[in-house]
Amino acid sequence: MIRIQDLTKITDYEWEIPQTFRHDMRVPVRIFATRTLLEHIASDKSLEQAVNAATLPGLVGSIVVMPDMHQGYGFPIGGVAATEFPSGVVSPGGIGYDINCGVRLLASSLQAEASAPFMNTLATLLNQYCPSGVGKEGVVNLNLPELERLMREGSRWAFKNGYATESDLARTEEGGCVEGANPAKVSDRAKTRGRTQIGSLGAGNHFIEVDWVEAVLDQDTASIFGLREGCLVVQIHCGSRGLGHQVCTDYVQDFQAAVHRYGIDLPDRELVCAPMDSPEGQAYLGAMRAAANFAFANRQLLAHSARRAFEETFSAKLKGWQLVQVYDICHNIGKIETHLVDGTRIKVCVHRKGATRAFGPGSPDLPPEYRQTGQPVLVPGSMGTASWVLAGTEMSMQNSWGSSCHGAGRMMSRSQAKHEIHGEDLRRTLEKQGIQVRAGSLTGLAEEAPSAYKDVDAVVETVVAAGIARKVARLRPLAVVKG
Amino acid sequence: MVSKDSGYKEQFHTADWALHVWAASLPALFVAAARGMNNLSGAQTAQSPLVSRRFSAEAADNESLLVLFLSELVFVAEQEHLIFNKFNLKIQDSKLNVLMTGAPILSISKYIKAVTYHNLKIQKTETGFQVDIVFDV
Repeated sequence: MIRIQDLTKITDYEWEIPQTFRHDMRVPVRIFATRTLLEHIASDKSLEQAVNAATLPGLVGSIVVMPDMHQGYGFPIGGVAATEFPSGVVSPGGIGYDINCGVRLLASSLQAEASAPFMNTLATLLNQYCPSGVGKEGVVNLNLPELERLMREGSRWAFKNGYATESDLARTEEGGCVEGANPAKVSDRAKTRGRTQIGSLGAGNHFIEVDWVEAVLDQDTASIFGLREGCLVVQIHCGSRGLGHQVCTDYVQDFQAAVHRYGIDLPDRELVCAPMDSPEGQAYLGAMRAAANFAFANRQLLAHSARRAFEETFSAKLKGWQLVQVYDICHNIGKIETHLVDGTRIKVCVHRKGATRAFGPGSPDLPPEYRQTGQPVLVPGSMGTASWVLAGTEMSMQNSWGSSCHGAGRMMSRSQAKHEIHGEDLRRTLEKQGIQVRAGSLTGLAEEAPSAYKDVDAVVETVVAAGIARKVARLRPLAVVKG
Repeated sequence: MVSKDSGYKEQFHTADWALHVWAASLPALFVAAARGMNNLSGAQTAQSPLVSRRFSAEAADNESLLVLFLSELVFVAEQEHLIFNKFNLKIQDSKLNVLMTGAPILSISKYIKAVTYHNLKIQKTETGFQVDIVFDV
């Protein structure tokens, strides 16, 4: 167990585990947290997992972890690691099972107050049009050639098939399509799991949430993002469903032998990896990108379903219900990016596992309208609590591999939450707060209770104080659909 | 089914699920792990029709065999809505052969999404074998 005394305090919001802490560390670990959040973090095995991640070959700079960090498997959730391209390694466990799990935010100009009488209908339609639950089938059933096309094209596939607008694509990380996807490197089993699941939400912590913009903290940036105080917005949180899970399962299995072939010694078998320029590394990158594109298309189809629910609920009654995409971000992914390291710009593979890309102003990877503001950073809360829209900063480019936090971060185990919280009671409590709840399972709802998570406001205050993001707007939930 | 000789117990994990599994023999350890996983998911199965299936795998070590075996059960539960709870299982020379019998799922609290290698190590004990397994949910 790593104690807080083992860490070096850099500022009130940054701590470091030096490379000398353990003999096999190749780089230090940099932690963004207040003392209070650090005490939560130190109560599980996440710091130990960050130290383990610091042993990967080819790492540069530091492993960076966010204040919403918690225990995962292999890598901690909330971790960011950069390996030198192309000789460094790629680690499937450093990206996670739910490849390109992410968040999409859509905004309307419909006042929440006016929409209140229709929120019950809207929640029911969202639940009906956005299938949820593990193994649940999606809204389209694809044959194999079409699935492979979707894995190559991502959101562009959705656009060609009438599920997306050009603006949706422009306002999606990577334009909704990561180049270099290779469906031939995705197993038949993964394709079987994905073929029927496109356009579905899944289970676990995935959700669709209708919120209202409770506060705008930066009016100019909020206007550019399309956020208006008092208006409805929609968040969609999900990923690559069974397909992504199977891709990760397959390559963690395959890489068990690869680490021996490349003489890589690791403290945890979940961290297995292969050099990016090796046949094994290339195969995984191709498959991982195919799964990432599947996830982009999945969130796009869910956005299409959400728009349908909004239209049916509001079109004959109110104005301003149309949903315009603010942004779509990945928080479980590996990306080849250029970053400044010791004064030199180098290409690295940034592994983000439970961390959001947070590119600052001027980045050519952002749509033109966001190049002055920095990237929208979407930080969902936990059903009853606020969610946040932040913007990326120059400091995030310098200090955190252009990354920021991805949510509140769990602090209570699922079994503890189930024992302490009764799903039906939670539903009633949320409904008393004016939040419509549609949940596939009441025990699943209890596992995701707000009290099972850290204080999202404290997490956001930390990344803002550390300078790796800035506040734009705060959202409050009105309706939640969960698997 | 939990007894002194063989069984499973849920372990603390912040975000996912973890099991401590023990048994007198390696095959019994695999069976206990499968039953523990079924129990975590809260699956209830129909009385009939009973379904039998053979599964074989080969791997470099027993930990990999265990992940392959449990991953097969995850896949079948998700895709065919079947839970297997009776196993005639043999492990020899890093090869697994199992005849499993199960039934369609009537209800389930939560499907397991993946079986991880996180700190996975089958250990020999005085009374048999033990292992800790972390599942992605």
